[in-house]
Amino acid sequence: MAAATSAAGWHKGGSVHPILLLVVQRVALGLLLLLAVSAVIFLGVEALPGDTAQAILGQSATPQALENLRAQMGLDQPPLTRYFSWLGGLMTGDMGLSLTNGQDIAQGIGQRLGNTLFLAFWAAVISVPLAILLGLVAARYQGRWPDKLISGVTLSTISLPEFVVGYLVLYFLAVKWQIFPSVAMVFPGMGIFERLNAVILPVIVLVLVVLAHMMRMTRAAILNVMQSAYIETAELKGLGPMQVIWRHAFPNAIAPVVNVVMLNLAYLVVGVVVVEVVFVYPGMGQYLVDHVAKRDLPVVQAAGLIFAAVYIGLNILADVISILANPRLRHPK
Amino acid sequence: MSDTLLSIRNLRIEATSYPPGEAPRDVVLVDDVSVDLQKGRVLGLIGESGAGKSTIGLSSMAFGRGGVRLTGGSILLNGRDIRLADARALRGLRGREVTYVAQSAAAAFNPALPLMEQVIEAALHHGMMSRAEAEARAVGLFRTLGLPNPESFGARYPHQVSGGQLQRAMTAMALCPKPDLVVFDEPTTALDVTTQIDVLAAIKDAIRDTGVAALYITHDLAVVAQVADDILVLRHGKRVEYGTTGQIITAPREAYTQALVSVRSIDHQEKPAAPAVLSVQNVTARYRGTSFDVLKNVTLDLPAGQTLAVVGESGSGKSTLARAITGLLPPTQGRITFAGRELSRDQRSRSRDDLREVQMIYQMADTAMNPRQTVGTIIGRPLEFYFGLKGEAKRARIQDLLDQIEMGKGYIDRYPAELSGGQKQRVCIARALAAKPRLIICDEVTSALDPLVADGILKLLLNLQAREGVAYLFITHDLATVKAIADRIAVMYRGEVVRYGSKTDVLTPPFDDYTDLLLSSVPEMELGWLEAVLKHRKMASAGN
Amino acid sequence: MRMPFSALLGLIFTGAFFFAAIFAPLIAPYDMAEVVGGVWDPVSATHWFGTDAIGRDMLTRMIYGGQTTIFVASAATILSFVLGSILGFTAAVTGGWVDQILSRIVDLIMAIPSLILALVILSVTPVTLTVLILVMGLLDATRVFRLSRAVAVDITVMDYVEAARLRGEGWAWIIFREILPNALSPLVAELGLRFIFAVLFISTLSFLGLGIQPPLADWGGIVKENSAGLVYGIPAALIPAFAIAALAISVNLVADWVLSRTTSLKGGRG
Repeated sequence: MAAATSAAGWHKGGSVHPILLLVVQRVALGLLLLLAVSAVIFLGVEALPGDTAQAILGQSATPQALENLRAQMGLDQPPLTRYFSWLGGLMTGDMGLSLTNGQDIAQGIGQRLGNTLFLAFWAAVISVPLAILLGLVAARYQGRWPDKLISGVTLSTISLPEFVVGYLVLYFLAVKWQIFPSVAMVFPGMGIFERLNAVILPVIVLVLVVLAHMMRMTRAAILNVMQSAYIETAELKGLGPMQVIWRHAFPNAIAPVVNVVMLNLAYLVVGVVVVEVVFVYPGMGQYLVDHVAKRDLPVVQAAGLIFAAVYIGLNILADVISILANPRLRHPK
Repeated sequence: MSDTLLSIRNLRIEATSYPPGEAPRDVVLVDDVSVDLQKGRVLGLIGESGAGKSTIGLSSMAFGRGGVRLTGGSILLNGRDIRLADARALRGLRGREVTYVAQSAAAAFNPALPLMEQVIEAALHHGMMSRAEAEARAVGLFRTLGLPNPESFGARYPHQVSGGQLQRAMTAMALCPKPDLVVFDEPTTALDVTTQIDVLAAIKDAIRDTGVAALYITHDLAVVAQVADDILVLRHGKRVEYGTTGQIITAPREAYTQALVSVRSIDHQEKPAAPAVLSVQNVTARYRGTSFDVLKNVTLDLPAGQTLAVVGESGSGKSTLARAITGLLPPTQGRITFAGRELSRDQRSRSRDDLREVQMIYQMADTAMNPRQTVGTIIGRPLEFYFGLKGEAKRARIQDLLDQIEMGKGYIDRYPAELSGGQKQRVCIARALAAKPRLIICDEVTSALDPLVADGILKLLLNLQAREGVAYLFITHDLATVKAIADRIAVMYRGEVVRYGSKTDVLTPPFDDYTDLLLSSVPEMELGWLEAVLKHRKMASAGN
Repeated sequence: MRMPFSALLGLIFTGAFFFAAIFAPLIAPYDMAEVVGGVWDPVSATHWFGTDAIGRDMLTRMIYGGQTTIFVASAATILSFVLGSILGFTAAVTGGWVDQILSRIVDLIMAIPSLILALVILSVTPVTLTVLILVMGLLDATRVFRLSRAVAVDITVMDYVEAARLRGEGWAWIIFREILPNALSPLVAELGLRFIFAVLFISTLSFLGLGIQPPLADWGGIVKENSAGLVYGIPAALIPAFAIAALAISVNLVADWVLSRTTSLKGGRG
């Protein structure tokens, strides 16, 4: 924060608005981080004990067979060379071929990424407004029964792993009461309503999974703002509770709440992996898990990097919004 | 009386306290306080922390902070008892009949809105003026309060103006809706002394121009004497004395008021010149990773067994000087000589004896002691560390030190949280003494304490100096303290020593500009001091 | 001070889970791999939780599964704590380049979601108990590092730590006598939360088939083995699911209590 403010000071009077500079800095830093992450996922993993060729062919493989496979996979090249050719490939959309079935990875991912984003989109559309609303209610009635009820229920959902929530929902909503379909089958050419009907259970699970965290953090952010001295000032001007919240709390709560939302959407990225497996949904998560089991490293690395990129991207977005919403940075001295 | 604005009768205010580990209990904050305020007059509420003065101030708006409840008596404002008013009636009254000026304007302004929006908000909300009228009135108030560029000042955001300006803007905000009563809650306490005098004068002018009545809350009797017509002295939530300002400061009746008026009456004779125990030569220092010198070419001597007061406002570099001497911030240039030997720049490469002989006492005794250690451990550790004392010998020495700081038996096994503010600072003094130092650096050691408690600490320090012959480097922003205890004085301003010498020399004219400004800005406990200073300054600037 | 009911309940349940885990062979009515009934037999006097997908006693599976889950989670938590807090304190006390390097490495690892990074690593390494514990412990050590560094930095700026430095105290006194006593409560509470996270994490990995491998089974694995039954209305898979939730909630209740006690200790920071 201090660094940010002084950075804003340097360009006082210049033609570039300091806030733009900050945003550019933050995005650049994020891209640098992404590059470092790609190196970890590629080079770090290579450095681990374990032999991909051996893993594929099994313990009984002959030395000659191992040698051939290594050459075929380019494993005999120095790691740095392979990293840069991998990275170059990613930039141009070429992710290489899958080890297990020889298919083009980019093609496999492209289709599944769409399915995953479809799922995550609907989970976000439902959970974000709901979490903010519940957070507001809990903060408004802090310490009274609505707050205690919401906090108690969310505490128990935080204590459940995603797959448990998934099976509970599946068991009760799909099997016992048979309200929704149990398997989330989607395929190309499906209509939007058919699709929505198919993903309804996984969406419910994802909503439950992120809702608790998002709501608790929203509540904390709003309470934090409500304890500020300027809220007391507004009350002492004779403003009513809603005017105090709308004029004085809300503008200051936007940044922390948006931050909360972004962080939780990033968390959704992880939740989606498990939920897709529970509902046998043909998305990125399912794809990643399948290929981890098959020890298909090129697929795992590509998919892993995409997950990490989404996660980092949402974190950058959270920071950028915080910068944009900060009056100190928007109106420099 | 027909022109009585506020009439408080037998007011009782309670709150629920939640002491950790115990059952919650009700505590009485204000008990049986009665006072009247006439239209257009200013009533000063004075007392130490915990006296209930802010609580009473806010009760005039029927507002209780964090669970504070008005449980008895009556508060008549314009003839209506507002203690019994409902929420709706209170909203109609707050921001219209009574307004509030907080101690920290920086926190009291919403950072997301420009100042003008906030200044005129109450007037617009209560439908008292049109936006154009309110803005015109605000600009007029900005002008009265001496704010720069009053026409465009309102377009700025809170973080874009200085602390003194924000405090004036808050006063404008309070006066804008033409209230009958303004509650000023320590409005100048957070400001530097040279800023305080201007803000005080601005507030006084604005009160006079608008004819508003005011409750002026402060712990500083000299300040309130400049603005109030009458003064109510409070202690522990009870009324001690009430009278006109003239009577209170010239002829106080109660012993407590007399003590408040006569505080800092320590009679300390300046000691004759002596050889220096500490010598700071041409020291320049900056913080790591910055290119700005916070200390510039500082040269000072501190005679053995004497007190050198380093005085200056926030940002003057006085605390940085302490860090440079202790070696926490190694100077980039210059040398520091102690007892004839040169001290290493970096504290980490100093010998154990060098470390032992220079001790430090901090402003906040709360954070200067590990909350998980007992008084015995805190004082005993230097004994063990420097002198290898153990067991019974150590315990006896700890008790001896506790006796020296006038605390006596029964404290060895207590934790800091169980001590009062003054006792905590005494334990810190004992910890420093335990090392048998030749120099103790005292960094604002009395500024967090109430005046009477601070006075006790200063007397203790002087006694110890007489007995042990220890020298003090006494860092403070408070000139009254300086006058009370110093042998030599250094005045610092923006990292430089602007004036240095014996106490008499430094405090005798002719002064340099900054010292003159600083000395003349310290409120004195006499009627008409503020006007006299301002008149003097006006004449001086006219003369130039 | 009296212990609140919720914390007591949490402590009793946590204790019961650990007791069952430690004395699993004595308590379990059958052998873990023994087929003693039909496929998904319902609850009965001989099989309190029924039988599983191939007719093994569910209660026995649960007890042994709990042993594995709790053992792996505890080992990973201990590893992450020892490593994370030592490095975190060191970074805070020494500062400078040590702090910079450690903090940047941790930033980098934390930029990748734990599960994703774990999956990437497990796609290369052999999946054994040791590897699982190491991977979980190391990944989680980054979180502990962040917390202990933050807590320690808050404490190192306190005047009493500066006073100890000025006295000439060595780093051991500063870490163990000045910082640790004040950092203990938040760290103990965090210990509980990290343990829960480890339980959820190993369960998730096993559920995905990438954690504990047969013939061993943990609760996540038992969910996976029996998940097919759910579609036919057989709730066997929900038993280990409830166990995971119950363990997590009990530990959470205890951790909450420890955290709230932080300020109420004698000489506490309140």
